[in-house]
Amino acid sequence: MRIELERRTAQSPVIEFLAPLLAIAAAVLIGGALLSAIGKSPEQAFFVYFVEPFSDAWSLQELAVKASPLILIASGLAFCYRANLWNIGAEGQFVIGGLVGGTIAVVTYGMDHALGGYWILPAMLIAGTLAGMLYAMIPAFLRVKVGASEILTSLMLVYIAEITLDYFVRGRLRDPKGFNFPQSVPFEDIARLPFLAEGERLHAGILFALAAVFLASFIFRRTLFGFDVKLVGSAPKAARFAGFSEGRLTFAVFAISGAAAGLAGVCEVAGQIGQLQPVISPGYGFSAIIVAFLGRLQPWGILCAGLVLSLTIIGGESAQIAMKVPLDMTRVFQGTLLMCVLAMDVFTRYRLRLIWRRSA
Amino acid sequence: MNSPTDGKPVLVSMRGIVKRFGVFTANDHIDLDIRAGEAHALLGENGAGKSTLVKILYGLLEPTSGRIELNGVPVSLESPEAARAAGIGMVFQHFSLFENLTVAENIALVLPADEKLESVAARIEDLTARYGLKLEPYRPVWTLSAGERQRIEIARCLLQDPKLIVLDEPTSVLTPQEADALFSTLNLLRVEGRAILYISHKLDEVRRLCERATVLRGGKVVATCNPREESVRSMAAMMVGTHLVDLRAKPNEADGPARLSVDGLSLASEDLHGVSLKDISFAVRGGEVFGIAGIAGNGQDELFAALSGERLARRAGDVHIDGISVGREGINLRRQYGAAFVPEERNGHAAAPDFSLSENILLSRHATGEVTRGLSIDAAAAKSLARQIIESFDVRMSGDDPAARTLSGGNLQKFLVGREVSRTPCVLVLNQPTWGVDAAAAADIRQRLIDLSRQGAAVLVISQDLDELFEIADRMAVIHHGEVSAARLTREVTREDIGLLMAGERKESLHAH
Repeated sequence: MRIELERRTAQSPVIEFLAPLLAIAAAVLIGGALLSAIGKSPEQAFFVYFVEPFSDAWSLQELAVKASPLILIASGLAFCYRANLWNIGAEGQFVIGGLVGGTIAVVTYGMDHALGGYWILPAMLIAGTLAGMLYAMIPAFLRVKVGASEILTSLMLVYIAEITLDYFVRGRLRDPKGFNFPQSVPFEDIARLPFLAEGERLHAGILFALAAVFLASFIFRRTLFGFDVKLVGSAPKAARFAGFSEGRLTFAVFAISGAAAGLAGVCEVAGQIGQLQPVISPGYGFSAIIVAFLGRLQPWGILCAGLVLSLTIIGGESAQIAMKVPLDMTRVFQGTLLMCVLAMDVFTRYRLRLIWRRSA
Repeated sequence: MNSPTDGKPVLVSMRGIVKRFGVFTANDHIDLDIRAGEAHALLGENGAGKSTLVKILYGLLEPTSGRIELNGVPVSLESPEAARAAGIGMVFQHFSLFENLTVAENIALVLPADEKLESVAARIEDLTARYGLKLEPYRPVWTLSAGERQRIEIARCLLQDPKLIVLDEPTSVLTPQEADALFSTLNLLRVEGRAILYISHKLDEVRRLCERATVLRGGKVVATCNPREESVRSMAAMMVGTHLVDLRAKPNEADGPARLSVDGLSLASEDLHGVSLKDISFAVRGGEVFGIAGIAGNGQDELFAALSGERLARRAGDVHIDGISVGREGINLRRQYGAAFVPEERNGHAAAPDFSLSENILLSRHATGEVTRGLSIDAAAAKSLARQIIESFDVRMSGDDPAARTLSGGNLQKFLVGREVSRTPCVLVLNQPTWGVDAAAAADIRQRLIDLSRQGAAVLVISQDLDELFEIADRMAVIHHGEVSAARLTREVTREDIGLLMAGERKESLHAH
């Protein structure tokens, strides 16, 4: 028997739309099978993962809080992935953004604030964004100038970022009155993102996520730059014929995705966490890769996909508590989801044909 | 119809072959008989179903229905291995050779693993002696011409001792002289009783080589004939289904100023097996069509890139458009100076295959600001421009604004030529403008190029198709190993002169003394 993929002559828009939903369904089935294999009830898990988070206001806020960084990062990553450039290191850009932005809050802590200190938060946001952007320029530079694979370099820079954060939080940025715990001073209120709702959960970070979706959507649909990004990814030689420079574009999309990840990082420390810790991300930068693809690299799709992934993170936490399912199960589920999304992408474009070998 | 091979036994018989791809029927009840010892031509335009039929015969595709008989016995050809075992050999249009290996090594790859390289060399020499198939076993492939590479593929095929040899457009990469050598090899094979299935759209060749032809159109057999009893014109009419119109081109000797000139352009190749351009100079005047002939892989793509600005020349003065030095300027600035370009590869270079036609307008027209407003796209302007081009160039397609890849080669090329010609550029550079395009569309495109030149533009056509250049070019030069010969008036040169230049004769005669 042999397997052949035959290109479909036309792509049905209905299937295009259904593909991500089918991918989620397939991932849920596989996840359920895995859970029953380790002796947990898949029905109960389904309830804990996908129903409970909608049951109270606190969880709903939490859903938005966890979705914001995912949506913000994934909107930036969509630029890279549309251009067929593989920034896998958003996690590192997120961490560096949080570290640099958070450092301003730590350094200004307890100082007599000029201008009432209202400049501190904007300065943190700008510094974090710039830091993420510059950090993303490293793999872009290495790719354009020496042809190094951006997949490897951006991924390796994640570990460097994490260790750098760890080093500072245990060293110079550690709270001197913190009983030697590896964490910084808690940020002053002036250095924190304002909350948008009762309960001290939903902070202003979600506004940046929504703005990113709007902006990305506008750029992709209406501007020559958005056209260029898609063209380079789809037909690089045609992009050269159109007079677009591949090197300049590489820098631009890495800058955009790094800036988005950096901003998400500083929002996380200034919003959700409120201080610097050795670990500031539960893997947002990696989960955002799944969000970008589940959302089909479309900004509005990313918005929905961010909520779905956020659901799995919250569900994973509750499942850990309620059912003693290991947290790694969430990672496994997210990975399964990505595989299903990519597989569905193949099937929307190709038809699978099994050819049974006739006996010769 | 009478053919000299009518009495010979039928070797391969294809009966009622149907192949469907979804709703599209590529082969519709095709019957084909190939007799031992005959050279059988398979004719048809692009999309007529020739490749599909041949892929079925070589075991690469499975027919939807129909049967294949070999010497009267039904066979199932489910893979190329099965086809080879049944005595069917194939020489593809595109070679699958390893550049850094030698001739003998490349041939040994298709032989059983225990075959010694020395014995392969001996077998190659045997083939050379028997069929005039000249090959040097220990030369690395990257030093060889396209003709020599093709001989490796033929040798690979012959070592399997095939009864039927299928050749797909074999002369598209050959000089006229190399093609002659190929024909004498094929004639020797035929005398031995081997059958040849010859796929080509060059009807002159078919008349020389083949005694029987099957003509396909729209997936069906529309005629079988003896090419020697037909004229090129009558066979072309069978292929196209209508009569072709002659081009209207008055002989022309433009003596205006040069609008595109190249002065001592040298450019080292970017990759190991590419071609470096060496001291190229020529000038194209307004009002003329200038042809550059040459076999594929002699620097045409490199020359096109240097002219378009996709690769920058070393000095600004290497390329001039309307007297302005543009050698160091990118493609968009050259467009702004009035130049336009049509590269060879339609899907992926001239057009983005997954983009709609109106988006493909943006590709080259954004440079001149007609479809943009500042940094944003004027989608409505692009759409209306696309519609104008589709109408005035008679582009056939399905849907309102379909993706480029859904158009047939001829229609997409009409659209892409239209995209540039409708700007009435002062300089138009085209690489292989009618490659793989059906005859009617090709004639249409050539007429547009002549018309544009008569409006005062300088039109440069880089083409492997000598017939095309003799039809439309006012002056001609030849590119060989990255050098361009002196230009000559088309009506003062013969095919043989051009053929010798294409084979690099000029250089060798210079070195001989």
